Amino acid sequence: MLNEEEHEEKKYAAPQPAPVPIAEAGAAEATVAKLEMVAADPEPPQPVATAEEPALVRAAYEHPLPIRITHWVNAISLFVMVTSGLRIFRAFPSFGAKIPEKVLLDIPKSLTLGGWLGGALQWHFTFMWFFAASGVFYLAYQMTSGHYRTMLFTLRDIPGVWPMARHYFFFGPKPPATGQYNPLQKLAYTSTIAFGVLSLLTGIILFKPAQFSSLAFLFGGFHLTRLWHFAAMCGFLAFIPGHLIMVLLHGWSNFFSMLSGWKREPEYQE
Amino acid sequence: MITRLEGKELKRQSRRQLLKLAPVAALGVFAFPKVSDRLVAAGVRFSDWASGALFRSQHLAPTFSNSEVVPFAKFPYNGYDVLDPEVDLEKWTLTVEGDVQHPGEYKLAQIQALPKIIQNTRHICVEGWDVVGSFGGARVSDFLMLVGANTGARFLEVECADDYYESIDMASVLHPQSLLCYEMYRQPLDRGHGAPLRLQMPTKLGYKQAKYLDTIRVSNVLKPGETGYWEDQGYSWFGGL
Repeated sequence: MLNEEEHEEKKYAAPQPAPVPIAEAGAAEATVAKLEMVAADPEPPQPVATAEEPALVRAAYEHPLPIRITHWVNAISLFVMVTSGLRIFRAFPSFGAKIPEKVLLDIPKSLTLGGWLGGALQWHFTFMWFFAASGVFYLAYQMTSGHYRTMLFTLRDIPGVWPMARHYFFFGPKPPATGQYNPLQKLAYTSTIAFGVLSLLTGIILFKPAQFSSLAFLFGGFHLTRLWHFAAMCGFLAFIPGHLIMVLLHGWSNFFSMLSGWKREPEYQE
Repeated sequence: MITRLEGKELKRQSRRQLLKLAPVAALGVFAFPKVSDRLVAAGVRFSDWASGALFRSQHLAPTFSNSEVVPFAKFPYNGYDVLDPEVDLEKWTLTVEGDVQHPGEYKLAQIQALPKIIQNTRHICVEGWDVVGSFGGARVSDFLMLVGANTGARFLEVECADDYYESIDMASVLHPQSLLCYEMYRQPLDRGHGAPLRLQMPTKLGYKQAKYLDTIRVSNVLKPGETGYWEDQGYSWFGGL
């Protein structure tokens, strides 16, 4: 916003287009986002014209079809990639030298998929294509549709993280809901994109270290790339339990919205 | 974007949107072991096809200075069965078969007479460990030239003294870093590492780099069950890096 002094100066300046206050510019952007969301909505709800004014339900079309498809393909892929990946890790559960080999973690076989190293690699080499394809499609859709504005964590969300964390973890007061996602959710969802990009990039290097030898320096060389690949999985493993608990706490309508797109009685106002 | 609509209409919209998600449920077939065995085998074949397409025949795998090579004692001995199949090194010859002009028995001295390549490269195991070692030998491509092999053929099959067997795509075989390796750390290959001759290919995983070579065959057809010891149990056939 302009301060008093600047207003004084403006009185004597030549007429020029009024500067758009930042807050309004943000609102304009949000309007664009809304309009685009309407455009992305394949079937805008038709107003039902009846004489008796039927009771209307508040609802929001939260998750467009591409988001729902990639969410579930990704959920299945991640399950397979993590469980088969843990089985692969069992074959050499270390990030150090082969001689002497220091076992870092003994992953229970029951948590793994594939039965043996070769079987796990088959699952991993199959679902990596689903994981990669759905990830690339998801990012392309988010960027071209503008839908990312509902979930992308930006600098503006930083002040809202602590109040939300205090509410969830330390029984603080619940901050008012301002949009589809609160700042902590945006942080979590945006982090998973980073984990996905990291696991895909490191995965490509681990899969083809000779063909993509020039990329390995990004992660401190081939040997450390395996550690980053594991770290990306740990990121997903940190996200998933919290995500599932929140879905459970928020009930059926919240869960069902990721299947049908529509959320009945969303808790936020607009 | 919050809208207000009739409960019936919301249900109709929800159901229609839910049905659009049905194709994703097709992934559920992976839950049936009989089907998933075939599907993941197909997934590996697709990966192998993509690997072959990505393979650049002249792109070199990273090489390392002598100071980056691990000490010989820290280069693991790895075998599927025995570490010493008791090859008679005095009488050893390499049998060459298949689509070649000069099939027969070749002595180690004939391979050593070819230009010698010494390279420090990374050996990567399918298990996940890797180690930088020093290797010396003749290019497989030079030897194939010597025996008059048809390098337009698709595969090089190898049989080993420990009954291990492998088959490799010709593009990888002809790669300039693919060696018939008879030295490690500038010493003759020892028995644990595959004496007298092994494959050493920094563009392939360890299990493709067969030890104790006995027979090599240039061919165009791979019989099921003879593609490679581990491959026949489910490892990727291409096994390329």
